Amino acid sequence: MSAVSESNVGTAASIARAPTFIEKYGNIVFRWATYLFAWLTVFLVLYIVYTITKQALPAISKHGWGFITGTTWDPNTRVYGVLPEIWGTMYSSLLALFIGSLFGLAVAIFLSEHYLAAFVFSLLKAVGLQFHPVWGKLPDQLERLFKNLIELLAAIPSVVYGLWGIFFIIPLIRPFCLAWHAKLGWIPIFGTTLSGPGMLPAAIVLSIMIMPTISAISLNALLAVPPKLREAAYGLGATRWESILAILLPTASKGIFGAIILAFGRALGETMALAMLVGNSNVISWSLFSPANTLAALLANNFAEAGPREIGVLMFAALILLGITVLVNMAGAFVLHRASVGQEGVR
Amino acid sequence: MIIKKMLCFSLISLVLGFGLFCSTADAAEDFVKLIGAGASFPAPLYNKWFKDYHGLHPNVQVDYQSVGSGSGIKNCINKTVDFAASDAGMKPEERAQCDGGVQLLPMTAGAIVLSYNLGGVPELKLPREAYAGIFLGKVTKWNDPLIAKANPEVKLPDSAINVVVRADSSGTTFVFSQHLAAISPEFARSPGVNTMPNWAVGTRSKGNEGITASLRTTPGSIGYVEYGYAKAQRLAIAALENKAGKFVKASMPSFQASLAAVEMPEDLMAWLPDPPGDDSYPIVTYTWLLCYKRYDDANKLKALKGVIEYGLTEGQKSSEQLGYIPLPAPVVAKVKDALNNIQGK
Amino acid sequence: MSETVTHESPDRVTQPPGDVIDLGKLEKSLRRPRTAFNFVMSGLTSLMTIMALVPLFSVVLMLLVRGGKRLSLSVFSELPPTAFEQGGGFGNAVVGTLVMVGLAALISVPFGVLGAVFLAEVGPKTRLAKVVRMCAKVLSGFPSILAGVFAYGAVVLITGGFSAVAGGIALSILMLPTIMLTAEEAISMVPSKMREAAVGMGATQAQTVWMVLLPTAFPGLLTGVMLAVARAAGETAPLLFTALFSNYWLTSGGRIDFMQPMASLAVLIYNFSAMPFDNQVELAWAAALVLVLLVLMVNLIGQSLSRKTME
Repeated sequence: MSAVSESNVGTAASIARAPTFIEKYGNIVFRWATYLFAWLTVFLVLYIVYTITKQALPAISKHGWGFITGTTWDPNTRVYGVLPEIWGTMYSSLLALFIGSLFGLAVAIFLSEHYLAAFVFSLLKAVGLQFHPVWGKLPDQLERLFKNLIELLAAIPSVVYGLWGIFFIIPLIRPFCLAWHAKLGWIPIFGTTLSGPGMLPAAIVLSIMIMPTISAISLNALLAVPPKLREAAYGLGATRWESILAILLPTASKGIFGAIILAFGRALGETMALAMLVGNSNVISWSLFSPANTLAALLANNFAEAGPREIGVLMFAALILLGITVLVNMAGAFVLHRASVGQEGVR
Repeated sequence: MIIKKMLCFSLISLVLGFGLFCSTADAAEDFVKLIGAGASFPAPLYNKWFKDYHGLHPNVQVDYQSVGSGSGIKNCINKTVDFAASDAGMKPEERAQCDGGVQLLPMTAGAIVLSYNLGGVPELKLPREAYAGIFLGKVTKWNDPLIAKANPEVKLPDSAINVVVRADSSGTTFVFSQHLAAISPEFARSPGVNTMPNWAVGTRSKGNEGITASLRTTPGSIGYVEYGYAKAQRLAIAALENKAGKFVKASMPSFQASLAAVEMPEDLMAWLPDPPGDDSYPIVTYTWLLCYKRYDDANKLKALKGVIEYGLTEGQKSSEQLGYIPLPAPVVAKVKDALNNIQGK
Repeated sequence: MSETVTHESPDRVTQPPGDVIDLGKLEKSLRRPRTAFNFVMSGLTSLMTIMALVPLFSVVLMLLVRGGKRLSLSVFSELPPTAFEQGGGFGNAVVGTLVMVGLAALISVPFGVLGAVFLAEVGPKTRLAKVVRMCAKVLSGFPSILAGVFAYGAVVLITGGFSAVAGGIALSILMLPTIMLTAEEAISMVPSKMREAAVGMGATQAQTVWMVLLPTAFPGLLTGVMLAVARAAGETAPLLFTALFSNYWLTSGGRIDFMQPMASLAVLIYNFSAMPFDNQVELAWAAALVLVLLVLMVNLIGQSLSRKTME
């Protein structure tokens, strides 16, 4: 990571001497630039909130709190309520986050502990090729390939995930869901039958969509843990997993938590795939198999044809989604603050 | 490392700078680009017209993107497009918001059909009360007496009807709900006429393609799709009872009979929620192009009029193949007249 | 006894269980609870990783099977076909996606990285930093359709028409939070002793950032940029409100015009997958495959750049 090379020697020379006029003022300009972009970010978000609120005002003044607690969406009688959508958003995102974090973290640990490289190395050793100039590079190359494959999941467009969910996931899980509902229907989460799109297919596909985010960023966090911590643990006699659970994960926890919050944000705002898979029906139900609706899917489905009155209502729903995102992030920041109180000075 | 970064950066800025420079260079003399957005229903037909027209007049490029009738109207009011398209025409208050005025031109028409997935039943007749009842949630089984008495030779199963409706708001739903409201006062009360009515029953799928996929994979299902869709995907289509009490199959002659049965008014906004006539198919609709009444750019005006005239004459020949209804001759004449309302500076 | 521990992974030369070994003589015995726990957890992790690969292979397989049918060079050189036309391609959509994502990256990468430098380096504990971090996280939860609506109001209505520039701006709003937050994490994970060493040698803050922090954090930065690019390339809703679509090549009438609607792979997939014509649907799948391969290529180029700076 800090290998000495020609450019580094040149760097060292330019740092060591006193700053030139350009460098001094360049520094000031640079600091100003970073302040500028930081402020710009805040202004951007405020401007967006302002634009949305402006368009939502007619609806806010007309519907008020009833909008958040109401459960019917009837454009004909102008009764609008998004409680089912709020429920659907939280349920699908939390479920997807749970599944996605579990698997994403597993992949990140798998890659950071070099299981694959060790396995391939032992295979090569069995054949005697482990120091071969070409074959010997295989373990590292396979690990890099694996990492790229996982990140490839992030590149697949939302629409394709929706289509894959319809053609592959729903037929796949249908027999299991029918069986579980038949035998265990008294448990609320298996309460209804799977008629096609529903909460479970949506949550499964959503978790696959956010997994690359979690695994890629967690992997970076795990790899950034100083090797000496790991070696110190081994030196004291800890097994691999004891060192992972007691030393590595806590040290990397800030990065991993950041990844989870980022993924949660993505899950809350996911539009296209959920619009195709969640069933778009305004029911509140604990059942994993019942169709539901989310705020983002509501927006996607209704925006194109919305008249001027309906736009206000949709913008109100968008504002609620932003509000939920803020609340979730504030809760996350609070948890992080409490958890990291004793973490200073680790590095 | 820094040198490499700077090289990359300068390369990218060079390319972009070149692009921006080129964009200010002189263009061909009479090159015209027209941009349209709106309803998704006529999009395949319009795109075909525009591409064929471009083949005949290479200096005219017309682009059309389906964003929905509502968005099309919004863009028309905001003047961000050169023309728009809508399945639901344009309401008077929306027309008032467009300064300079809008001219509505019906360019083609289409039909909405009821497709079903019922193994072993190749032909199905649905009386009015039956299909209105299905979408109200009143008729729930395939062997309901209302359906059975219209299909005496068919063995209808004792299974539940799986209704499929649209999850997204659309002009197709608007027209279908308008028809249902016309034939059933109960439907008119609730859910009512809307691009996204609060259906009492049915699983929801996104888009015509979503309904088609649901119909294909769910036995005992019924749903409403555009005729062009059902025809291209070879779905089973039910014969519906029209206003005159006759059962009419979905076919071009029956569609054209419906269009002929309703006179096109002066403002070119003809609604056919329930057309009269023995041979008329009950659910048809026109679809309109929304043009401004004034275009400042003489080239754009000329190109627009050329494209529209092409659509009204040559273009109508491709309608049937794609599943749209060719306009009746009197309507074509009226639209050509209305073209004169669109002026230059 | 275990062999010499190598630098990268201490366990690289562990003997796999299942060989003929004398359990009593070894230090590492599965009969001991700690070792058993270790073994079970390793197995569980490997199993979960393989399970995580299954959807990937399934989706890629579906893309390859359905999209590979139509993949050929003609797809890159031809324009989108109409209803019952045979053949056709989406060359203009490929160019459009590259241009608009490139534009978005040009806006969001400097924005995001400089903001991240502020968050991690220039003012990490200030109140402004807390606010900026909160704003970035809120932005990350933004539904893509709202980015399009906002860009419509901010750019399209002001310039009076749909354009590729508006599309690029909408995409950059979606890319910004990922880049900024990941870059901040990457920069703050650089060991503080490197920072302190630079300052100790007399570097200004700008020099510390440019010459020490950013190069060291480059892999992390790249991860963030790649994730953001991957997401932006596949987003449809923002482009429907800003760049619309075009059935023609970028050069209209002999000049390149960024202020006109532009085609993109995402909108093409959205359009064609909704059509009842088989030719169009097949092209939609081929376009999805091309999109994924494109992002993979950009990813690989970025990684090779990153590796060259590490050597």
